[in-house]
Amino acid sequence: MTELPPFETVVAEHGAVVLRVCRAVLGAQEAEDAWSETFLAALRAYPRLRPDSDVRAWLVTIAHRKALDGYRGRRRTPQPVAELPREPAAADVTDAVPDAALLSAVDALPDKQRAVVAYRYLADLSYPAIAEIVGGTPDAARRSAADGVATLRRTYHPEETR
Amino acid sequence: MTLADESAVLERLHTRLTDAAADGGALDVAYRTLDTPVGTLLMAATPAGLVRIAYSSEGHDAVLASLAARVSPRVLRAPNRLAVAARELDEYFAGRRQGFDLPLDLRLSRGFRRDVLRALPRIGYGNTATYTTVAATAGNPRAVRAAASACATNPLPIVIPCHRVVRSDGSLGGYLGGVAAKRTLLDLETAA
Repeated sequence: MTELPPFETVVAEHGAVVLRVCRAVLGAQEAEDAWSETFLAALRAYPRLRPDSDVRAWLVTIAHRKALDGYRGRRRTPQPVAELPREPAAADVTDAVPDAALLSAVDALPDKQRAVVAYRYLADLSYPAIAEIVGGTPDAARRSAADGVATLRRTYHPEETR
Repeated sequence: MTLADESAVLERLHTRLTDAAADGGALDVAYRTLDTPVGTLLMAATPAGLVRIAYSSEGHDAVLASLAARVSPRVLRAPNRLAVAARELDEYFAGRRQGFDLPLDLRLSRGFRRDVLRALPRIGYGNTATYTTVAATAGNPRAVRAAASACATNPLPIVIPCHRVVRSDGSLGGYLGGVAAKRTLLDLETAA
């Protein structure tokens, strides 16, 4: 198939991942506006997308440039992990959806590490693809993700929110 | 946030997206489905009007892929954009409506086929006409096969009443939604 599928397919396949990335990078409050701006911009540009493109990387690129950068200035200062998470962790949280404690720990990471960790572990993008989005080399992106994950291993305590 | 919460947020964001896209002129094809006595119908509209109605036998995913290729890939599920068309079809199936008052976009049909589609609404509710008559009404009395083919490829069945076209020998003839659906529609119109 060399033709673009209906845009509805793009929303259905990638909507949840983009929302998780936006929540991790921006926090719950700003995430919904960022998601909306990302998908509206993507819809406008969609007819010009090459059909063999990596659609998820394309969406994360739009989110990063069009929305995340714009919001960063208005973003509140990162909260220390010791503070309460933004919302209580529900008992039926699955592995698929990051829990509040993890989001809170991610929230405390430096901006670039937080973005790289989200793009690698929530959007499952390759390091070359991440480097295209955030700048720098794939190796630098890999080190940034490793540093971020090392910090999370120290700061993320899922049992504390139970 | 649970998976259920996430689904609810995504559904809300989806509605917000379709509204913003429609307002901003970025929604080229809106679609929804509708449960009816002849099965689940897919309905699709462009800003110009209703462009496609499809029976489930056509494969709704295949129809949407075809719309993406032939009209525009900017296709979104947007039930609100088809509220009027859905209501009129509901009324038709309830026997309370005999004609449709909807803007139609005939871009999927060309030439003589389009002439046939324009002629079909002249066959009144509850009546039938032969393929021969339809060919003549569309301006080419000898193009009976072409008239039959226009009916078989009607992009807007039910609203454009190709189900009212039958064979000269009185038999039902074929139907793109299946002969059973054709019978259901004709019986509905006779009973009302």
